Amino acid sequence: RADMAAPAAKGTSRTAQNDVASIKKKGPGALATAYLVIYNVVMTAGWLVIAIGLVRAYLSKGSYHGLYYSIERPLKFFQTGALLEILHCAVGIVPSSVVLTGFQVMSRVFLTWAVTHSVREVQNEDSVLLFVVAWTVTEIIRYSFYTFSLLNHLPYLIKWARYTLFIVLYPMGVTGELLTIYAALPYVQKTGLYSVTLPNKYNFSFDYYTFLILVMVSYIPRKYRLLLLLLLLLLLLSKIRVLRSEQISDTQINHRMLIHFWGILWIMVCFMFVLEMQTLCSIVTIQL
Amino acid sequence: LPPEGKALKDDEILQNLPVGTTATLYFKDLGPQVGWTMVFLCEYAGPLFIYLLFYFRLPYIYHHKHAFTSSPYPAVTLACVCHSIHYIKRLVETIFVHRFSHGTMPLRNIVRNCIYYWGFAAWLAYYINHPLYTPPYYGNKQVNYALAMFVICQAGNFSIHLALNNLRSDGSKARKIPYPTKNPFTWLFFFVSCPNYTYEAGAWFSFTIMTQCVPVGLFTLIGFIQMTIWAKGKHYTYIRDFKEYPDLRMAIIPFLL
Repeated sequence: RADMAAPAAKGTSRTAQNDVASIKKKGPGALATAYLVIYNVVMTAGWLVIAIGLVRAYLSKGSYHGLYYSIERPLKFFQTGALLEILHCAVGIVPSSVVLTGFQVMSRVFLTWAVTHSVREVQNEDSVLLFVVAWTVTEIIRYSFYTFSLLNHLPYLIKWARYTLFIVLYPMGVTGELLTIYAALPYVQKTGLYSVTLPNKYNFSFDYYTFLILVMVSYIPRKYRLLLLLLLLLLLLSKIRVLRSEQISDTQINHRMLIHFWGILWIMVCFMFVLEMQTLCSIVTIQL
Repeated sequence: LPPEGKALKDDEILQNLPVGTTATLYFKDLGPQVGWTMVFLCEYAGPLFIYLLFYFRLPYIYHHKHAFTSSPYPAVTLACVCHSIHYIKRLVETIFVHRFSHGTMPLRNIVRNCIYYWGFAAWLAYYINHPLYTPPYYGNKQVNYALAMFVICQAGNFSIHLALNNLRSDGSKARKIPYPTKNPFTWLFFFVSCPNYTYEAGAWFSFTIMTQCVPVGLFTLIGFIQMTIWAKGKHYTYIRDFKEYPDLRMAIIPFLL
């Protein structure tokens, strides 16, 4: 997530590392470079196919609902193909951190397979279209960026696009992803999807519903998570206090608490956005 | 020495260094540090205490009708005893047995390590002491064999720590090759560079069999991977430092790893 949000940092660190690599060792050899060029070209083409598929489906259907089905297969194929990038980092032909790349790719693959594919009912949601469009545009730009970088012939337009469009695409993608997971929650709870309950002979339990909520929480940057935890604790304490003093029912309390929680969360999101605007603007001005 | 070169040892005397009349010393700020002993005491006291919270089923952990009840299975009590003895042993070793070559470690490590140990202790204690716990498939036979293996591995681990302690009994900080002694548990030194890790992995493996619990298995696996990395590092350091290092020895598992 941090990697996507700051391709600026990644871009500069990659060029810096490439300089160091050319001084210290040879860097990726000719064969590896050829393979990487082919890989990036194939991925660019794949995501272009998805983009074209979306446009065609929109034109033929006349509305933007239910477009997921028209690009389901290439989306799954090419997003899963991104797993190879973890291998590239592990082997060393790409100078990125395995952990960072792994985290990013796995979060995408998780959303593609464990949420969108597994919970059929969310496939009609508009939020799916939101993140698919965001991913498509981002990936086309990203893979063509890598292709041109490897060939040492990077057009300024691609570089500009990568470092500027993410301001729109990243929030768009995150919103789509979060809304999709949120939409999947009731179905997961109802069917007990991917969940294991006690008792069983392995003495293990797993609640996919809680897991998905934790995934949603993990989207919040670390420093704000602590704030959220504190707010939750305060809410809980006030709930206990109110329960002791008044005689209103538990469900009424929970309802009130929930409203307060959403209000606070929304205020926190706006606050976060305002704070981070400054960082975003500084990144953009550095790159331009 | 250039700034990026190897650091000087703590006990090197300035007069003996190959410098002229003036010497430039480079210092590196390691950040906030905390002593190893303190770190280990925190790390090991936590799980000891946390497991007992779950064993006695304090309120708010499980459903309130199970508060302060106890499990009907002897395996659960046995698991509590074994787990507690394991951590008590580690605390005793930290206080009386271990000698540390570096005095301190960065502050970040204590937070990370404590979260790891305490978190896992809570997670596996939750399942073992759960009202819906299922005892091992093969019953008492499985529990007893696993218990025997656990005790052997604990004794072995303790013997190795004592043997390693005796290597430095004259107070010097020089490194020496550890050799098997009269204690049969130390005979693993014939086959392995780091038998303390071997015994530790064995102990946790037998604890997994004894409780038949997946989270314990996961803890064993992760611990084993980490200890293998450490053992391999130590093994290659030994080979590099000592020309006469025995050929037969592997890092952590005899003949294999």
